[in-house]
This record gives sequence, C-alpha cells and structure tokens, in this order.
Amino acid sequence: MHTCLSPCGDLMMSPRKIAAEAGKKQIDILAICDHNSAENVPAVMRAARTEEVTVLPGMEICTREEIHVLAIFDHDSHASAMQSIVYDRLPGKNNADVFGLQVVANEDDEVVGIQERLLAGAVDLSVDEIVSDIHALGGLAIASHIDREHSSVISQLGFIPATLRFDALELSVHISGEEARDRFAPYAGYAFVRNSDAHFLDDVGKNTCEYLLARPTFSELVKALRGTDGRMVCEG
Amino acid sequence: MTLRETAERLHLSVRCCDDGLDRVVTGAYTGDLMSDVIANARAGNVWITMQVHLNIVAVAVIKELAGIIIVQGRQPAADTLKRATDEHVPIAVSELPAFEVAGRLYADLFSGA
Repeated sequence: MHTCLSPCGDLMMSPRKIAAEAGKKQIDILAICDHNSAENVPAVMRAARTEEVTVLPGMEICTREEIHVLAIFDHDSHASAMQSIVYDRLPGKNNADVFGLQVVANEDDEVVGIQERLLAGAVDLSVDEIVSDIHALGGLAIASHIDREHSSVISQLGFIPATLRFDALELSVHISGEEARDRFAPYAGYAFVRNSDAHFLDDVGKNTCEYLLARPTFSELVKALRGTDGRMVCEG
Repeated sequence: MTLRETAERLHLSVRCCDDGLDRVVTGAYTGDLMSDVIANARAGNVWITMQVHLNIVAVAVIKELAGIIIVQGRQPAADTLKRATDEHVPIAVSELPAFEVAGRLYADLFSGA
C-alpha cells in the first residue's frame, strides 16, 4: 500500500493511522510501497510495533518503459539502498497542485518534510535493470497490477519476456481469479498475488491475499511465492 | 491554426471543453509515455496519443498543452473526461491511427496547405 508520501496517496495515509487500520482489520503482513521512494517506511515500521502486523519495506518503482514494479525487501537498509539507485536516476520536480503533495511523516504522524522529487515520474532505468537491482539487494520484484491497461508490464510491453524474472505477478481488484487464469494462461508458472494497493485508509484490507506461512516474515513470503517447503499462495 | 480548425480539418470528435477550442496550436507532440511527454512536449502543442487514462490530463496541465487528440477511436475514461473538464483541457478523438493524424496535422500546420 501507499502512504501520504505517494503523490496520489491520501494525506490520511500516515504511519500511525496505517498501522492502526491494519491492526483493526487483522492484517498479518503488509508492504509499504510508495512511488519511487521508501522514506516513510521506517515510520510505519515503528508505528506498527504496538500492533500485531509485520511491515515490510518496499517501493513501487516506475521503470523507463513506465512499467510499475513492486520491490519488497527484508530490511529497511535494502529498501534505502534501492531508493538511492532510484533517486539517482529520477529526473524532475513535483508539482503538488497537479500531482499531489508528497509528505514525509514520522511515527507520530507529524510532518517532517515534503519530498520535492517527481515521484510520479519514470526512473531512467529499464525494467530489466530494475528487477536485477532488486534481486541484487535480496528483494522481491513483483509486476504490479498486470491486468491494468497502463503502467503494467503487459500494457507496456505486450507480454512478459521470459528473461524478466519476476517473483510474482500482481492482480488488481478489477479482475477475478477465474478471468485472470484464462487471460494470463501463458504465465501460469508464475505466482499470482493480490494487494490492496491502498491509497486511502478505507481501502486497506481490500483485495487481500492469503498465504500459508509458518510466520509472517519476509523469508516465509519468499518461500510461499516459490511454493517451497509447503508454503504457498492460497488460491484466490 | 486554432484547435477548433484542427478538429474540423481532421474530423475529430470533441469530447469535452468546447470552450477551449479557440486556443492556437503551436505544434504537436506524439507520445504514449508520460515521462517522454513531460520531458519533451512544448506549451501550446496538441498531444497525439493512444493513452486514455486519467494521468494524461495532469501531463497536459503541467505542460500547458493546447489539448489532447486520442487516436484509433479509443475512448477517454470517464474519470479522464471529468478531470479534463475541471482542468479545461480539450480532448478530442480521431478514428485514425497516430501516424496519419500526425501526418495530416503536420501538413496543415507547416506545409502551407
């Protein structure tokens, strides 16, 4: 899900509110994936300490081809390293009136800064480079909302090249499991997951995905996506 | 040439913001990547694209484009039209592919035809 840092993220998507909402809705594991940035990740992780929610650090990266890729990591330091790579190749300044405010907040929901970079923009790196960089940092690379007509690997490339090693393909709320199995039959070998992609608090907990895990941790999630050691993504 | 004249000559179907059609068209830009249009289009250009999603309006606003021509008979999404109306960005649709729209518009603008 997004926070108030994403320009399209509602200002109510602040760290403490997100943690509380996830706790209320009994979400076991979530990833914070703001557009091209991970600056609000530490605050959400700290805010979630009082809830029984595992918060994974991440970001939703827009590649040069304007493909959205979810990057999810085990440690915040890895997300931070990916952010450095992204920031280094992300041109432009935000126009808050047009795209929205990009608010950096702390775990008490206080504003600590405004991000001026154009987080709605595209990083000057190819999808292959992005996926490779994510993997080099030990992260998971998930193709965002592949059923969408824009910003998805399929909308932008027409297909998923075999050389592009995504760890999973994400389905949006706009497609049923049955329709997805039919439409994406050539990609049946991939793990298919769902996420809320919440930009507003009400959307937290929508379009959820069930996993069979021993514990709500990153390493367990990796096993589930690979289908190893009895861990799995439950059919949806 | 105004956007109104462009719409007439290219037989475009104007979907919103009729009151913006008297803008002068300085040129045109073709592109389907938002980042490319943000980097390269010029103020007053009309944007020729196949994209129909909401974000095209934001791009048109920040680049001060004259308007958007959507090609191949593709229809702008409902939320795109609503935002375009709010932001006074004229959107028109051509049944033709981008190459032909661009070719005809180029001839109209620069060949003295």
